[in-house]
Amino acid sequence: MNKNIFFFLLALSFMFFSCGKNNDIKNGSSTGTKVGLVFDVGGRGDKSFNDAAYKGLEKAKNEFGIDFEVIDPGDGSDREAALRKLAAKPDIGLIFGIGFIFTDDITKIANDFPNKKFACVDYSINPDNPIPANLIALEFKEDEGSFLVGAIAAMFSKSGKIGFVGGMESSLIKKFERGFIEGAKYINPDIKVLSGYVGVTGEGFKNPSKGKEIALTQYQNGADIVYHASGLSGIGVFEAAKEHKKYAIGVDLDQYNEAPGFVLTSMVKKVDEIVYITVKEFKENNFKSGIKTFGLSDKGVDFVYDNNNKSLITDEINKKAEEIRQKLIKGEIVVPAN
Amino acid sequence: MDLFGSILSVAFFAQVLRLFTPYYLGASAANFSERSGVVNIAIEGFMISAAFSFALFSIVFGNPFAGMFFALIIGILLSLLFALFTIKLKVNQIIAGVGFNLLMAGASKFLIVLIFKSSSNTSRFESFYQIPLLKDIPVIGNISGDYIILFSFALVFIGNHILFKTRFGLRLRSAGENPAAGESLGVNVRLYKLYGVLICGFLASLGGIWLASNQNTYSDGMIAGRGFIAIAAMIIGKWKPVNIFFACIMFAFFEALEILLQVSMPDFPTQIIQMLPYFITILVLIGFIGKTKPPAADGISY
Repeated sequence: MNKNIFFFLLALSFMFFSCGKNNDIKNGSSTGTKVGLVFDVGGRGDKSFNDAAYKGLEKAKNEFGIDFEVIDPGDGSDREAALRKLAAKPDIGLIFGIGFIFTDDITKIANDFPNKKFACVDYSINPDNPIPANLIALEFKEDEGSFLVGAIAAMFSKSGKIGFVGGMESSLIKKFERGFIEGAKYINPDIKVLSGYVGVTGEGFKNPSKGKEIALTQYQNGADIVYHASGLSGIGVFEAAKEHKKYAIGVDLDQYNEAPGFVLTSMVKKVDEIVYITVKEFKENNFKSGIKTFGLSDKGVDFVYDNNNKSLITDEINKKAEEIRQKLIKGEIVVPAN
Repeated sequence: MDLFGSILSVAFFAQVLRLFTPYYLGASAANFSERSGVVNIAIEGFMISAAFSFALFSIVFGNPFAGMFFALIIGILLSLLFALFTIKLKVNQIIAGVGFNLLMAGASKFLIVLIFKSSSNTSRFESFYQIPLLKDIPVIGNISGDYIILFSFALVFIGNHILFKTRFGLRLRSAGENPAAGESLGVNVRLYKLYGVLICGFLASLGGIWLASNQNTYSDGMIAGRGFIAIAAMIIGKWKPVNIFFACIMFAFFEALEILLQVSMPDFPTQIIQMLPYFITILVLIGFIGKTKPPAADGISY
């Protein structure tokens, strides 16, 4: 009897759990070809990557009335299930996976559903694994954007030391770090870059306490600007900047509001734009599979320069940064691969 | 950068203490519960619920102390529920703990979407103001001015005193060692188990509150397994508050060392340092460092 009550409550708690995880948001009435999207670690409301993707979908909805459905997976194992669930729905034609962590799952499911179209932001390309014919890999030149903010940081730094905080130690985040270091060295060959990673798994993107401790260590060791590419762990980096009255550089979206006055700039990735463009091409029956890369020339990556940080980034720094941007676009500066 | 100079620096010391605080609160929580004979592996879950409710009520009332008050109340109510399952209904304690961990992780994520329209974090709030005067001490100001860090230090002595020097502690331990003998001497065993579980809920909640207060926000997954490391620290500390203190300091020291090495010696494989505390845990568990003996009636319903 007692045990039954317990199991009933336990079952109830599991129901509770699964409600929280699969937070389907259904939108409007059907117009035929729907778009599905599965979020990355951090989920909707991360004020970063995932929110940008959602913004892209909303823009597409407003402009040409597509219908969409999104899933916010809780943990790793739910990712594949969420993709499969969306792919199996007859009214959905295009499915997005947001984040490199989808690479393996989306490749598998694209092969299982050859009639559906798939798109993966930050798809990690592996020469041994061909990209399926119905999948588009959307890539950013994060190294170029990071090169620019690295150069800005080096021009702004007074101590000659700057910091980098990465989330999960992975080839994608290493790309941010490499660009940042190269950019800083381009301005000041003697600059010291203090780097730290939160972890070696996806959990590294959601541990703000550790992100804060790494940034605090960097500030204490002389860094006066810290650039982060660590998702939610970045919350801690901004807290550390506030505590030390030093500066942080945001990532993915303009993160000025995380610590007003202490955010030098942000390296933005226009995830919203490319989600929008991909939906548009899909809608116009122009969907092309393969690899598509967005860089500085098409503003796929950029740095933030607006009224909020004009007082920090002087005209001189901005002029120099624009110069570097042109050189990167023309290929006069090439960020070395590894 | 001089590595040894950095390790000996006050800033490094302060960092170790910051990392230490949630571990010690969690480990002491687990210890009080296990000393009374109730295995509580839901430390992580209690920390999650407290961190979330602290953020929620701090935002609602605009005051972190009100937030802390309600988070502690919720923590204690949840441990009453845990006590109902494990002490009154005699459910398997491990299963109840797993259930609580899952429930808190799921419920907090569910509520965060419902209330804050975000699946990852709450809005920001103003956290505790620090203790006047003490917070102005140079370098260690954010340690000496922090209520919860100071409390977790005091807890080493308070916890030790309560468990080993008071009548209450003796009775609590009797419930975990030999409840039949205790009862034959007139100890209300179930009541003392309840005390143990309630103290556990209180302390674990305080650990969660500290983590959220340190970030001025709650973000999903921010407890990041600290509740489980706390349980490991309790085992290494052999269920003794002072030993647990050193075990937690060890975990915190290696974590700080790993961060420092990453920043100052980029080529050093820091995974080795990350691995060390767990390696030591295994050594302790297989009996290399003295015998590890839990309370004799730990985990057995009475």
